[in-house]
Amino acid sequence: MSRQVKPGYARALDIRRGRVDLSHGGGGRAMVQLIRELFARHLGNAYLEQGNDGTVLPPLPGRLVVTTDSHVVSPLFFPGGDIGCLAVHGTVNDLAVMGARPLWLTAGFILEEGFPLADLDRIAASMARACREAGVQLVAGDTKVVERGKGDGVFITTSGIGVVAESCTLSGAAARPGDAVLLSGTLGDHGMAIMSQRENLGFDTPIHSDTAALNGLTALMMQHADGAIRLMRDPTRGGLAATLNEIADQSGVGVLLDETMIPLRPEVEAACELLGLDPLNVANEGKLVAVCDAALAPTLVQRMRTHPLGREAARIGTVIADSHHFVQMQTRLGGRRMVDWLSGEQLPRIC
Amino acid sequence: MKYIDEFRDGALAADIARAIAAAVEPERTYRFMEFCGGHTHAIARYGLPDLLPANVRMIHGPGCPVCVLPIGRIDMAIELALEHHAIVCTYADTLRVPASGGLTLLRARAQGGDIRMVYSVDDALRTAREHPDREVVFFAIGFETTTPPTAVALLQAAAEDLANFSVLCCHVLTPAAIAAILDAPAREAPTGVPLDGFVGPAHVSTVIGSDPYAAFAGAYRKPVVIAGFEPLDVMQAILMLVRQVNSGRAEVENEFTRAVTPAGNRKAQQLMDQVFELRPSFEWRGLGEIPRSALRIRERYARFDAERRYPLAYRTIADNRACECGPILRGLKRPIDCKLFGSVCTPETPMGSCMVSSEGACAAHYTYGRHKDTVEGAA
Ligand code: SF4
Repeated sequence: MSRQVKPGYARALDIRRGRVDLSHGGGGRAMVQLIRELFARHLGNAYLEQGNDGTVLPPLPGRLVVTTDSHVVSPLFFPGGDIGCLAVHGTVNDLAVMGARPLWLTAGFILEEGFPLADLDRIAASMARACREAGVQLVAGDTKVVERGKGDGVFITTSGIGVVAESCTLSGAAARPGDAVLLSGTLGDHGMAIMSQRENLGFDTPIHSDTAALNGLTALMMQHADGAIRLMRDPTRGGLAATLNEIADQSGVGVLLDETMIPLRPEVEAACELLGLDPLNVANEGKLVAVCDAALAPTLVQRMRTHPLGREAARIGTVIADSHHFVQMQTRLGGRRMVDWLSGEQLPRIC
Repeated sequence: MKYIDEFRDGALAADIARAIAAAVEPERTYRFMEFCGGHTHAIARYGLPDLLPANVRMIHGPGCPVCVLPIGRIDMAIELALEHHAIVCTYADTLRVPASGGLTLLRARAQGGDIRMVYSVDDALRTAREHPDREVVFFAIGFETTTPPTAVALLQAAAEDLANFSVLCCHVLTPAAIAAILDAPAREAPTGVPLDGFVGPAHVSTVIGSDPYAAFAGAYRKPVVIAGFEPLDVMQAILMLVRQVNSGRAEVENEFTRAVTPAGNRKAQQLMDQVFELRPSFEWRGLGEIPRSALRIRERYARFDAERRYPLAYRTIADNRACECGPILRGLKRPIDCKLFGSVCTPETPMGSCMVSSEGACAAHYTYGRHKDTVEGAA
């Protein structure tokens, strides 16, 4: 990404009809051209323009938080988003639910030979938009190309750096019996948006992924109720069920949910029904779970509802004492059942 | 969001629960089997046992197609993929079922077998059309609900002369399994099978109708109430069963009249009859060999029958000896009566058929109900 490299290539990159070839990952001129004319056009900033093997960042007040996440979603483009914004949101959210202010990202791209440059351009543009919206900057990047058939279009790995106040004590081990469990909105939107797009699944529903950066919402919550919030998590893979089981294990407690309080879009519920899936196990990319002091729960829920990503926030359950660390749910019919981890991959029933 | 509906569901369920509580005679025990995995799932998913009086017990039956599939049949599918290099198309639920030699279809795929997950037999037909140079086998499992589509696919393959397509037919029959449960060997149930009635299948009954259950009400004197898959359907069916038991009746009643008729779907039955015939006997995982309990492809469509097309030998593979699936499927034992439950045998590492699919008796209890086995849960 160096400014010193002279453009040794005569013709501009044909973004409309061109395709990724092996030379784009070869470290030669073609790679420099791809970075300049495609990635830097969308994602360029002063840090990237340093052009060295590493990027030098200024010192920060507070403690650093680091996270990393790989993205392999298929299809690459889906209703409500694409792999580009997803790669930004995923990493931003991991930092945000730690109570951190996300600042910088790095991105590694693994491209498959033959991938259309037009699609790559859309992905880079989408990443840039997501970065702008979340107030973060991409400060380092890398591109590799694998032979046709050895990848699935594009894989993106993003790492993120954020800063958290010395006073922040959020921890997965901090939930106590009596605490309230809050959820920021409807469950399962991302997972069902993807499932409904999978090629051999013949249904066409207007389900949009909820992929979004949560750092605005978390900042609002921390500002309002810092100290009363024990922990936050984003229920991605494995859904709400996996997240709550993790919390129960880490904190050594049980959880009791109230099914009637869990927000769910009717179309997501219908699609889950059709495929034999439980919305509690389906992935989300723009939702968070918070555990907080029960006394503060009503005002915190009110506050969350003032944010566009928390409009349907609700208190969905309570932390209880349970030596088995079980997550249970009072069902809408009045019975009680366990909410377990998913075993294996979530796949539809057949009859 | 639908808070209102949920509330209504809950209120209606509470009404039916009150009616059941008022109807049961305290000195009696009511043991009802829901045959179908779909009902097992609804009962577990909504925590219905909590809405029932203590003397009404639901017993999970064998109506889970993946659970009753014997290991030897999965071995055959794996052999087709690994040794005959066919593309094997299968429903997702079969992928993780343990087969012999530590294999599953999923692991066979990792070893290079071309095993593809499909959502319907149509996907398998399409795969065969798209790969005329490859052999494509559809691994057909399930009860009377999934059988008619397989029949249609076979007729379609014959019409198109789709030479590279065949079916490994493992379709099984519901009434035969109910009879096998009631005919439990005397060594297992010296005092008879302790069942007071059946919640009859929903989707299966839309195909076969309610008439085939008449024998269970007649010869075996067991009430049958056919129910839909909604939790309220199941509650209503339980109430109807309690009333039959109380008044000494044994009849086939139909709670699911919105979809089930006495004769069923004649067109679907005729399609099945055209393509399939009864097997003299078939092995069920957990229940053993059951005579006239499964279908095979008729001679006329032999060229689409994977069992005739490939030199496949069927071998019976026994489950772990401590596995209690047989007695559990007959209502004689409960999952927690099995020594392996929850320790050696879990949904991640199933040792027996009832743990294999989420609709199996042991898996449903493990996933949704094991909080009741703890001190806190019982309190
Ligand atoms: S727990 Fe496992 S081994 Fe025991 S009866 Fe159930 S399936 Fe068989």
